[in-house]
Amino acid sequence: MTSSPVQAGARPDAMVVDDMNPDTGTSQLWGLAAEFSTPAAIMEAAKKVHAAGYRWWDCHTPFPVHGLDFAMGIKYTILPIIVFFGGLTGTCLAVLLQVFTNSLELNIWAIVPVVGYQFEVSGKPLISLPAFIPVIFEVTVLFSALTTAGGMLLLNKLPCLYHPVLKSPKLKRATDDRFYLVIETRDPKFVRPQTEELLGSLDPDSIIELEA
Amino acid sequence: MTSLDRSTLRMGSLAPTGVLLSGLVGAAGIAATVILGADESGWNNFWKSYLFGYMVAVGISLGGLFFVMLQHITRSGWSVSVRRLAEAFASNLRWLWLGFVPIIILVWSGDGGVLYPWADPEIVKSDIVLMKKQGYLNTTFWSIRAICFLAAWALLAQFFVGQSMKQDVDGNVARSRRMQALAPIGILVYGVSQTFAAVDWVMTLEPTWFSTMFGVYWFAVSLTGFFSCLILLACGLQSMGRLKGAISREHYQDIGKLLFAFGVVFWAYIGYSQFMLIWYANIPIETGWFLPRQLGAWKWVSLLLIVGHFALPFVLLISRWTKRWRNLLAAIAFWMVLMMIVDVYWLVMPTLPPGVAHDAASLAQLTEDVNSGAVSVGWNLTIANFTAVIGMLGLLKAGTFAALWRCSLVPVSDPRLDESLAFENI
Repeated sequence: MTSSPVQAGARPDAMVVDDMNPDTGTSQLWGLAAEFSTPAAIMEAAKKVHAAGYRWWDCHTPFPVHGLDFAMGIKYTILPIIVFFGGLTGTCLAVLLQVFTNSLELNIWAIVPVVGYQFEVSGKPLISLPAFIPVIFEVTVLFSALTTAGGMLLLNKLPCLYHPVLKSPKLKRATDDRFYLVIETRDPKFVRPQTEELLGSLDPDSIIELEA
Repeated sequence: MTSLDRSTLRMGSLAPTGVLLSGLVGAAGIAATVILGADESGWNNFWKSYLFGYMVAVGISLGGLFFVMLQHITRSGWSVSVRRLAEAFASNLRWLWLGFVPIIILVWSGDGGVLYPWADPEIVKSDIVLMKKQGYLNTTFWSIRAICFLAAWALLAQFFVGQSMKQDVDGNVARSRRMQALAPIGILVYGVSQTFAAVDWVMTLEPTWFSTMFGVYWFAVSLTGFFSCLILLACGLQSMGRLKGAISREHYQDIGKLLFAFGVVFWAYIGYSQFMLIWYANIPIETGWFLPRQLGAWKWVSLLLIVGHFALPFVLLISRWTKRWRNLLAAIAFWMVLMMIVDVYWLVMPTLPPGVAHDAASLAQLTEDVNSGAVSVGWNLTIANFTAVIGMLGLLKAGTFAALWRCSLVPVSDPRLDESLAFENI
């Protein structure tokens, strides 16, 4: 990348900024980004892009904009349901583990005979629920936490080691004071002239081409 | 975000009718308890019923005081539009001390043994443990402590409710700062006083028994009652056309979260921890408290608490949508108030006559004796039990409505009100 980063906000009249690699000129278009300078503007834009039926698009903002998820039509996450079953797995596993290790005699599938650690504590039965609850609780919490963290990574398709949005120096202000709406070319509705026209109709400060 | 309808921030005619009707129910309930409380075995039934009802009322009000101070400590924005309702519950502490005066008089009259065995010199003389505990458990020191707790709560309630209501009129932001400055001290005073009050008033019903977790358990009990009542009051007022645009489902979700956290999960965690340590160590002086609660009808009450106070509401409140559905949340809150009342009943009522556990041949024999009625474990569901708690709740509702009579239902001049109205869960 030899072209110097251009302060996009400095040229509000420039509607299309060429971001092609000047050395090869063969870089593939990945998507189009529209730049906005206020949360309200990107909120309005998101509503319109969602109404236009696009699916492969996203917003990049310097801070969480309340209500933007709703404006984009993003559905509520299914993570809690996954976590519930993760936690339930932990509960069952903890019960099994303790019953198994404390058991007197157990034949697994009637083939493998197992004798557990038969510790008798102050005359209590070997299999007694009150003593098991702390372990059940901890394993449930552990499995829920791991499912939460792992499920979050999976649902977000993380870790992501490369992303075209991060490649373009013009989108760096997404971490500072600019708001970007990016439509990807893989969207079935993406047709260069129409999509560009839609983005233009959203009254952006500029439109930026992103290469893959 | 719906806009705040300022014409719906007054109780209007709800206040006088509510205060009058609930006050009548309250007075009738207490009067009925006095009339029905005395039976052939003396006044024990009355005093136990009275203490049971009183602890329900004081628990709910204390929860309100805690919630108000917590919001000031954390400088919360979200809770401003529900804080006035919490203040109304807390404000009951300004007069609830009156309800404890009869119990102090009882303890001083020399008949205190009818409620607290340590207040009966004859019982104390026969028990070396009680004699050794005399330095703490004696009428004078116990009364001084009770007066200190009640005074501290009344003063804290007076300060936080008073400042907030005065801010409605003058809009002085300095009042918010003053409340934020006092809240940390207030919450320390609250923590110590509510712990020792629970120990002094409820735990010493069985004076040889002790649990260092009892104060924390009482904290969970009181917050269960408070958060449930807060939801019910907010829903009730909104269904009567008040508080339009002030309390949204975002607020309900957050109060629902707090009810789930404190009233369901924390309650179960503390209750189980207390039980497990005693169960594991298996020392007679500690197990004596749980023994009657596992005998006769109390066994079923204990199981009801595990299922109805933990398992069922855990499943009901864990999802997001149940906490955001106002009418469903109100139904769950109503159930949780009932469970809180059962919980206080379970704390106050069961007894095991001294020596019974020691003399029992076996647990099976003791169970049989209890089931046949030869041994009483304090299971004696009387009408006075019900009239006492209905009466106290009636007085509590009257006091809460009276506190809201002449003020706005949200702190209209609080600097964080707009933040609260715009609040959204992410």
